[in-house]
Amino acid sequence: MIVSYSWVMALSAAIFAIGVAGVLLRRNILVMFMSIELMLNAVNLTFVTLARRMGSMDGQVIVFFVMTVAAAEAAVGLAIIISIFRNRETVNADELNLMKW
Amino acid sequence: MPVQLFIFLAVVSIASSLGVVVQKNPIHCLLALILTLITIGALFVALDAVTVGFLQIIVYVGAIMVLFLFVIWLLNLQAEPVPIGHLGLKFFATIAVAAMAAELFVFLSKTRTALGEVNVAAGYGSIDSLAQTLFGQYLMAFETTSILLLVAVIGAVAVARRALPVRASAGSPRPGAPS
Repeated sequence: MIVSYSWVMALSAAIFAIGVAGVLLRRNILVMFMSIELMLNAVNLTFVTLARRMGSMDGQVIVFFVMTVAAAEAAVGLAIIISIFRNRETVNADELNLMKW
Repeated sequence: MPVQLFIFLAVVSIASSLGVVVQKNPIHCLLALILTLITIGALFVALDAVTVGFLQIIVYVGAIMVLFLFVIWLLNLQAEPVPIGHLGLKFFATIAVAAMAAELFVFLSKTRTALGEVNVAAGYGSIDSLAQTLFGQYLMAFETTSILLLVAVIGAVAVARRALPVRASAGSPRPGAPS
């Protein structure tokens, strides 16, 4: 048996689905944020796999950019979480219902 | 990539990413996430993306995950005593995730090409070839990224800092000022 590209793609699909499940099933903002990172990494894996399949470097450069944007997103997102916790003393997404009708 | 190596990495990454979702203590979630990221980095290296694989471990595990760890320490988060959220919503969410996973499996598993069948040029995935692409074709995007990071850092500091106490000599506090 030889590893084919579809195996790696299926693995990244599984990790992406687990990330979606984390966002939908958990109510802790921090864990939801970690699940978003999980999804980003699953897509990164797809990019690297397809870059290898196409034999081009473009996919790897895109992964580089995704990492940069993820770092920026993590910095801003964690700052927002700290700010919310300071004002509301909670990390439960269900209790943050100010803009809900 | 040997089959045994791939199966090992796949099992570890799926088990640890499930750990992110099912662990009750946020610290344990974070440790599981770090294990997942290291495994994905190893997969990058196995897929001839050596530079990106090491960048993954340095940037993600070394920088972003430490940021998460600091926030968990700062907020002093404990394990949830009881699971929170509505059971009915979770039921529908599980069905939706299962449907999406099935769809992804069907569409992503079409190709039958083996990893060794596609030959790449020597030096593929090295620092040299990554830099040639990054600083050639994608130079403008690279420079824009530096502005994005600067703005993100300034924004993070502005959002997370404590509002300065209003001095008595400064007169009445501004209406609507954040407390």
